[in-house]
Amino acid sequence: MAIIRDMIPAFELFQPTTVEDALALMAEHGEGGWVLAGGLDSYDWFKDRIKRPEAVIDLGGIDELKGIIDGQDGLEIGAMTTLTEIVRHERVRSEYILLADAAEHVATPQIRNQGTLGGNISQDTRCWYYRSGWACYRAGGNTCYAAAPQAMNREHAITGTSRCVAVNPSDTAPALVALDAKMTVRGRRSSNVYDAEDFFIGPATDITRMTVLEPGDLLTQIDIPSEWANAHFYYEKVRDRGSWDFQLVSVAAAFKTSGNTIEDARIAVNGIAPFPVRLDAVERLVIGAAVDEALAVEAGEISIDGSRPLKHNEYKQPMTSNLVRRAVRSVA
Amino acid sequence: MGRWLDFESNPWDQEVLQGISLELMYLAIVLAVLFVVGHMLWYRSRGFSEHEETADVQGSVAGIPERIVRHTLPSRIFHWTMGASMLVLLITAFVPLLGLEFAWVTIHWIAGAVLILTIIYHVIHSIVWQDLWSMMSMGAKDFREAMGHFRHLLSSKSPEPEKPGKYPFDHRMYHWGIIVTSLAAIVTGVFMTLRIKTPFWEPDAYYPFVDQAVAGMNEVGEPVITLLPGATTGLVFVIHGIAGVALIIMVAAHIYFAIRPDKRYYLWGMIRGWIDREQYLAHFDPDKWSVVDGSIQESPPGGASADSTVSAPRVDD
Repeated sequence: MAIIRDMIPAFELFQPTTVEDALALMAEHGEGGWVLAGGLDSYDWFKDRIKRPEAVIDLGGIDELKGIIDGQDGLEIGAMTTLTEIVRHERVRSEYILLADAAEHVATPQIRNQGTLGGNISQDTRCWYYRSGWACYRAGGNTCYAAAPQAMNREHAITGTSRCVAVNPSDTAPALVALDAKMTVRGRRSSNVYDAEDFFIGPATDITRMTVLEPGDLLTQIDIPSEWANAHFYYEKVRDRGSWDFQLVSVAAAFKTSGNTIEDARIAVNGIAPFPVRLDAVERLVIGAAVDEALAVEAGEISIDGSRPLKHNEYKQPMTSNLVRRAVRSVA
Repeated sequence: MGRWLDFESNPWDQEVLQGISLELMYLAIVLAVLFVVGHMLWYRSRGFSEHEETADVQGSVAGIPERIVRHTLPSRIFHWTMGASMLVLLITAFVPLLGLEFAWVTIHWIAGAVLILTIIYHVIHSIVWQDLWSMMSMGAKDFREAMGHFRHLLSSKSPEPEKPGKYPFDHRMYHWGIIVTSLAAIVTGVFMTLRIKTPFWEPDAYYPFVDQAVAGMNEVGEPVITLLPGATTGLVFVIHGIAGVALIIMVAAHIYFAIRPDKRYYLWGMIRGWIDREQYLAHFDPDKWSVVDGSIQESPPGGASADSTVSAPRVDD
């Protein structure tokens, strides 16, 4: 396994104060550069000496990337806004409690004080083969060690795989998908806005990345549209212990309801695929339907259609099914 | 070597072969472009005709029909299906590496399966219904002919080369090249496909059937792992990669020659199935590719004159 040392390899540290400066530095250093947000994912990589960037570009001094702006069309959240700020923000709590719930489930209070929303959704997978330095597909190699019959793959994916079976570790990602958030990504020459579900990409598209962010790209802002404000929300995260752990499976759902009937819905599950999975089939089933136990059960059953467990993670199928069932049942 | 091959470190800091490097792909693309542009310029500078030459045929020619079947419909269907699958394979393999990302893996292995099926069909069709040897064989006379062609291409003082039979020497060479390269890509591709999710099997990085065959089963009934995926798989990826980049050059050259105006009759032959009498007489030696009332037969590879009235007519392509 990886040799963990106390000292991280030397790198050149840059602390820009504007987005333009950060983008210029990223362009200058290319793949040798490393963008540092809260540092909670980054320093693990550095200390394990798996990632050895030449230059680290610390975004901590860029004020324009911090804070939450109350807009008429929703919230504009800077990518460097800490998870604690999100958890405590009044409007987030009153209108988008789904996001506050998800952010509050991230690790520990200390980590939420330091961790940022942009960093949380951009963090790399926690597959231990990958993080231990094995030259797997995601690391640029040619093998998925976690998919082998002899592998330890209890926490890995049951759907959405393509050679790599690692899962997306973010707690806030499914909530942002359920809220139909928009991600602003800036490069030196262009700026693009992605729907949250398109921001995350699977290994079939690019096996070395979990998001659309390429070297030189910077996630600057996450917009939460007002369309889903004050909807009926459900968030649940299952993990091995009650605190400070990554999800095994989590569900985030937003429902617009009229009485007992679901008028619109967005449901996303994380921990079962290399990206947060939006459950289109479940949404089609429940939209326009009156919620009862039969509907909830059926929603749970179809949520795992097409999934295929590995040797040690078959439990994720009933777990996913149950979480989706509970999400739908919560409307009643 | 390190420039052309890709190595990654394992947790013990050992370098493990992973495949070919991106530089090799770029090199293949550059070589393909250089070849096409270079050939075009050189051809023009030598003053060769840029237009298709046809024979001036006055009146009827005994025994030679106006249209000569060059490729039967089954052969044309094979060719275009194989060509389409090959293009899809190359596009899905290399375009994502050039920056246009899409979910390519499923398309790639399905195209590979189509290619395998078309080749199985082609092999059976060639053996049972066609004159397989005519496309495969290359005798001493063929090489002498090819040298004559080559000398003529290099020097205008060199005498006009002999006309070929149905399949010129360069076509046969290309065919052999494609056989070797495609088979290398296919065999390694099948091994690689065993490691990904398909409807037909569970993915397995360790090739247990190979291990089982080599080392048998262990005490708990599982195949003994003998082939560390890092090293063995790296070799599979290298062969697949080299075959892939070679195919970039070969396919580019094939398309280039197919659409050149002076070679257009080959393309029309593959689209319509036939060439006309003038094209036939201008570019082929009737003694080597004899035609009787639309039926066609190939002479033996030495180019000996065929007696079409004696030999049983045979449709080949």
